[in-house]
Amino acid sequence: MDRREFVGQAAVAGLALGIELGAEGVASAKVMMPPFAGFKPGAFLTIEETGVITFVLDRVEMGQGTMTALAALVAEELDVDLKDLEVRFAPADRVYVNPQLGMQMTGGSTSVAAAWVPLRKAGAAARELLIAAAAAAWGVPASACQTKHKTVYHAATGKSAGYGELARAAALLPIPKEPKLKDPKDHRLIGKPMARLDAAAKSTGTAGYGIDVTLPDLRVALVKRAPAFGATVKSFDAKAALKMPGVEHVVQISTGVAVVARRFWQAKAAAETVTVDWDLGPNAKLTSEALMERFAASAKTRSDQFDGKGKTGAALTSASKTLFAEYRVPYLAHAAMEPGNCTARVTKDLCEVWAPTQGPGLAQQLAAEITGLDHERVKIHTTYLGGGFGRRLYQDYVVEAVELSKLIGKAVKVQWTREDDMRHDFYRPATVHHVKAALDAKGVVTGWAQCVVGQSIIAQAVGDWMRAIVPQWLPQGLKGAGGSAVSGIFKAFGQDPTATEGAEDMDYGIPALAVDYVYEEAPIPVGFWRAVGHSFTGFVVESFLDEIAHAAGQEPLALRRQLLADRKRSLGVLELAVAKADWTKPLPAGVFRGVAQHASFGTCVAQVAEVSVEGTSIKVHRIVCAVDCGRVINPDGVEAQIAGGIIFGLSAALGAEVTIKDGGVAQSNFHDFPVLRLTEVPKIEVHVVPSEAAPKGVGEPGLPPVAAAVANAVFAATGQRLRSLPLRLS
Amino acid sequence: MASSTFRLNGEKREVEVPPETPLLWVIREELGLTGTKFGCGMGLCGACTVHMDGQAIRSCVTPVAGCSGTTELTTIEGLGQAGLHVVQQAWIEHNVAQCGYCQSGQIMGAASLLAKNPKPTDADIDFAMAGNICRCGTYAKIRVAIHSAAAALAAKKG
Repeated sequence: MDRREFVGQAAVAGLALGIELGAEGVASAKVMMPPFAGFKPGAFLTIEETGVITFVLDRVEMGQGTMTALAALVAEELDVDLKDLEVRFAPADRVYVNPQLGMQMTGGSTSVAAAWVPLRKAGAAARELLIAAAAAAWGVPASACQTKHKTVYHAATGKSAGYGELARAAALLPIPKEPKLKDPKDHRLIGKPMARLDAAAKSTGTAGYGIDVTLPDLRVALVKRAPAFGATVKSFDAKAALKMPGVEHVVQISTGVAVVARRFWQAKAAAETVTVDWDLGPNAKLTSEALMERFAASAKTRSDQFDGKGKTGAALTSASKTLFAEYRVPYLAHAAMEPGNCTARVTKDLCEVWAPTQGPGLAQQLAAEITGLDHERVKIHTTYLGGGFGRRLYQDYVVEAVELSKLIGKAVKVQWTREDDMRHDFYRPATVHHVKAALDAKGVVTGWAQCVVGQSIIAQAVGDWMRAIVPQWLPQGLKGAGGSAVSGIFKAFGQDPTATEGAEDMDYGIPALAVDYVYEEAPIPVGFWRAVGHSFTGFVVESFLDEIAHAAGQEPLALRRQLLADRKRSLGVLELAVAKADWTKPLPAGVFRGVAQHASFGTCVAQVAEVSVEGTSIKVHRIVCAVDCGRVINPDGVEAQIAGGIIFGLSAALGAEVTIKDGGVAQSNFHDFPVLRLTEVPKIEVHVVPSEAAPKGVGEPGLPPVAAAVANAVFAATGQRLRSLPLRLS
Repeated sequence: MASSTFRLNGEKREVEVPPETPLLWVIREELGLTGTKFGCGMGLCGACTVHMDGQAIRSCVTPVAGCSGTTELTTIEGLGQAGLHVVQQAWIEHNVAQCGYCQSGQIMGAASLLAKNPKPTDADIDFAMAGNICRCGTYAKIRVAIHSAAAALAAKKG
C-alpha cells in the first residue's frame, strides 16, 4: 500500500475515533492494514464534538517553519483558519515515519515536499466527511453544501452546522478514497504570507524547549567528556565533588563521568573538582593538519589515475588544455543555539524521554535498547528545538539521559555546556577535492574529473540508523548485526552518496563527467550538517567552473549560461539573480561581483555576491539570490529559510572552522568559532521564481552556492583564487 | 550558601544559593522562569540577556552577589507591563523568530536599546545588538522589527 495514501486515510480515521466512537471504531478497522499494525487512531487530525481541531505535527519544529507550513496544508483543505488548529508535536510512532527518509525524522529539507499530498488529502477527506454528514442530516445533496469558518452551510435552506456538531455523524461514514483537492487558484492560505503559529510563544519566552523541561524531583547532570576522540576512563576521583552541596552522584556512563546534582550550577562547580585519569588511546597526537595531508595524498593517488579512466580519461588525454586544482574544506560544528540536553525518567516498566530531537524514532529505539523495555513502553516527548541543522539527528544526549536515569532511579536532565556542544559534535566532514577539466581547442569544456576524499557520514550513521529502520519485530541482537553489516558494506564499496552529491549530478552539460569518492577512516565523529555534501561540492564546483572560464578566456556568467542551455530551471534562477543584481551595471569603486548557482534538495538557487577587499579582510556587501523551489506554501517562510541558509554558509565561508589538536577539537565556544553577527550580515535579497510544480526543500539549498559566489568575487577583486574554506587572503 | 535578595519583574525575591551562582541559573532553576536561555556561559552569545536596573546584561556571567535588595531585574516574562511590550509586538508582527531560542535575549537587548534611544539608526542597532547571536540568521528581520517598534513608540507618544 502506498504510504501517502495511507497517511491520508489515517488522518480520517483519526477524525473518526477522535470523537469517541469507541475503542475500536468502525472506520478505523477499514484502514488498519499491515504492515502498519502500530497505527494509532487520531494520528494526524482529530475533530472533537466541542469543535476543537487538533493537528498532530509529525515533523519537528526547529525554526524551519514546518509547524506553520504543514498546518496550512491541512487548514487549506479543511477550510479552516490556521489559528483554528491546535498543533501538537507527534510522539514517536511508526505512523509518523517520514516517507522520504524511511524513519520518523526531520531533515533533508523534506518536510513540506513529503507532506504536500498526504496532509492536503487528510484535510480534504475530513471536510468531505463533514459535508456528507450534514447533507445526510438535512436531506440535501452534498454538492449543494459549502464550508467556511469551521461550519457547513446549505445556502438554499439556510441550514448550517459547526464541524464539532457534525463530527460524530461524520465518523460513521465511509472514508472517501480519493478526496478532491482544491484547484490551486482557490487557495486561501497556500502561497500567501502567513503569521507563524509559534511567533507569539517565541516572542514571550513561553515556547518550551528541551532545556526548559522540568519534572518533580528532577536531577541535573553534567558529563566530563573525553579530551581526545576514543579516550576512555581509567579511573576518577570524586571525593571532593561528593561533599559539595546538592551533589548526589558521580558515576561513569558510556560517554564519560557524570556529575548529578539538584541544580546545574552545583553540578558544574562539582564537575570542576572531579579528576579523571584518561587513557587517551591511539588518537592522542592526532591533528587535522595531519588528516588533511593524508586525505590530500589519497586524492593525489586517485587524481594521478584520472587520465586513464573511461570517457573522462579520454577527454583529458585528448584535450588541448587541462586545468587542475586542489580544494579543501574543514570540519565544522553545527553550533545550534540550544546546547544539547535531554530529560529522561526511567522506571521499571516505563521510559519517558523529553528531547529536542530531529529523530524521535531513533531516540525511541536507543532508549528501548538501553532499558530493555518494549517500544510501547518508551514514550518520546518532542519539544521545540533551539536549532537543529542536522546535529539533532544524533541521539547521544538521549542515550546519556536514559543511561543515567536508569542508573540512579530518578528523573535526570543531562545538560551540555557550549564547550561540550562544540567539542563533541558530529562534524561536517573535512574533505580534499582534486578536480581536473579538459578543454578543447575552442576552449569548450569536454571533460571533468573530480575526487572527493574524506570520512563517510553514511558509514558512521548507518549502523545506528539501520536499527531504527528495520522492522521492530526483529530481535534486538539481529538489528545490531544488520546495522554493522550495512556499515561494513558502505566501507567495503567505498561509496557515500553524500560525499559526491552536487558534483556527480551537477546541472552543467559536460560531455564526460566522473566524480569519485575516496573513503578515509578517521576517529572524528562526522555527520549531517546543513546541506550535507552540497555544503562543499557547491563551493568546489562553482569555484572551479570560474577557474575554467578564466582559463578559457570566457566570462564566468557566459560559460554558465552556455553549459546550462538546456537546464531550464537552473538557467531561470541564474538569469533572475543576475537581472535583480543589475549584473551589467557598474559597481562603486572597490566592489566586485561573483556569481554561483547550485541545485540541491530539488531546489535551484543562484546567487550574486558583491564583495570588497581591504588588506586581507573580505567584506560581503550584498547577496542577491534567486530560488526555484516549486510551489511556495509560505513565501515569508521560504525567504527566511533561504536567507538563513546564506548566513549559515557565510559563517563557514568567512571564519568558522573546527580543527583537531591532540586528538580533540581545538575550538570551544563562540570566541574561537566565530559565526556571523548582525554587524557582519550583508544585505540579502531573495527572489522566488513562480512555479506550479510540487514543492521542494528550502531549509538547505540557500547555503551551497554562497561561499563560491563570494570566492569568485574575491578573485575578481584581487586575482587570488582561494581554494580553501574559510576564505583567507594572504 | 547565602541569601540574596532582589526584585524580579516587580516582585521581591530571596534565594539561598552560593553568591557566585550566575543570575541565569537563579532565574531559571530557583525561580522557575525559563524564558531566559543558556547559550554559551561566557557572555558571548546574548541568549541570557535580561535587564538589571534597565541595562541589558548577560545573566550567564553575572553573579547573584551583584544584586542588592533594590536591584530591579526584568526578564522576558516581565517585559510587557500590561500585555505585550512594543518590541514583542513587532517581533510577532514581523515573524522574526525561526527556532526562537535566542529571541528572548534579542528582544531584551532591543527593548533596552529603545529605552535609551527611541529612534536608533542601523549603526545604533548594529552597536547594541552585535552581542546577540542568532544561528538561524534572522538578523534582517531583527533590524526591521526594531525600526518598526521604534515607529510604534513614536506614534504612541504622538
